[in-house]
Amino acid sequence: MISGRCAACKSQRRKCPSDCIFSPYFPPNDPQRFACVHRIYGCSNVGKMLQQMPVQMRAQAVDTLYMEARWRIEDPVYGCVKLISQLHQNLNDTESELAKVKALIAFHKLQISQVNELHQPDLDASQSNVEQFQFNYSTQNHYPWFIN
Amino acid sequence: MGGSSPCASCKLLRRRCTKECIFAPYFPSDDPRKFAIVHKVFGASNVSKMLQELPVHQRADAVNSLVYEANARVRDPVYGCVGAISYLQSQVSQLKMQLAVAQTEIMCIQMQQDPTNLSTQIENYQDDKPLILSDNNYGSSNIHNNNYLSFVSSSSSSSNVMQDPFKRESYWS
Repeated sequence: MISGRCAACKSQRRKCPSDCIFSPYFPPNDPQRFACVHRIYGCSNVGKMLQQMPVQMRAQAVDTLYMEARWRIEDPVYGCVKLISQLHQNLNDTESELAKVKALIAFHKLQISQVNELHQPDLDASQSNVEQFQFNYSTQNHYPWFIN
Repeated sequence: MGGSSPCASCKLLRRRCTKECIFAPYFPSDDPRKFAIVHKVFGASNVSKMLQELPVHQRADAVNSLVYEANARVRDPVYGCVGAISYLQSQVSQLKMQLAVAQTEIMCIQMQQDPTNLSTQIENYQDDKPLILSDNNYGSSNIHNNNYLSFVSSSSSSSNVMQDPFKRESYWS
């Protein structure tokens, strides 16, 4: 780093080499960033994690480590797990709400279709009644039994 | 604990497990992976400092949440828990959109059925307070009970703790 030591090397009170693994991600103007990460994960753990991943992923990894470290500092018991739990709860609640509303929609649609059936005359039923009447009349077209 | 059999942390760190060992109640010797993963991500000394700063009755929850985070980080070294949070947020967002559509549909149906009673229907609808309108109401029951770890697998094994957001995917794909 040409302009001076990175925040990590400043914090560790050491020389910042040109190939310092921390310097791209912990600029000296933001000491809080490294302080948070160091407090939760430790300098050497972060260094190992960064070494084990491709260079193009390291910036993102440091950002997420910083976010989780901040959550952990704010809530030493639950950290970011509290947010995950709340999201799960929210997901469950929304699912239940959606299921209720969908059931209500289905119920209303069924009601509507039943009402429509009641208001329309049942042509098939009346037609079969006519046919039955004609059949009965035709079969009865013979002299009554008491007349021979 | 720590009498005859060293806890998982003292076994891994190869030291004597004393009666006052801070790790012993939370890292039993029958689950070495639990401490191994926490040590890998956070480091034993950092975990020890964190536990020392907490009252005793909160340490078990703290350890469980650290195990959860460590598992997430090992599973996804770049995004860790943030990946899970992002995924869950998008799931919630999608569901809320579906809910909004469904609620609009039910309102239309109800208005068609009873257009004269429109104002009462709108009041009733608002009283139900669909979640889409109350984004701040994140799991209020959990907040009151401090039961933030209830969604985590009850198994003490650390290997199957971090499955929830990915298991969710099968519900909605």
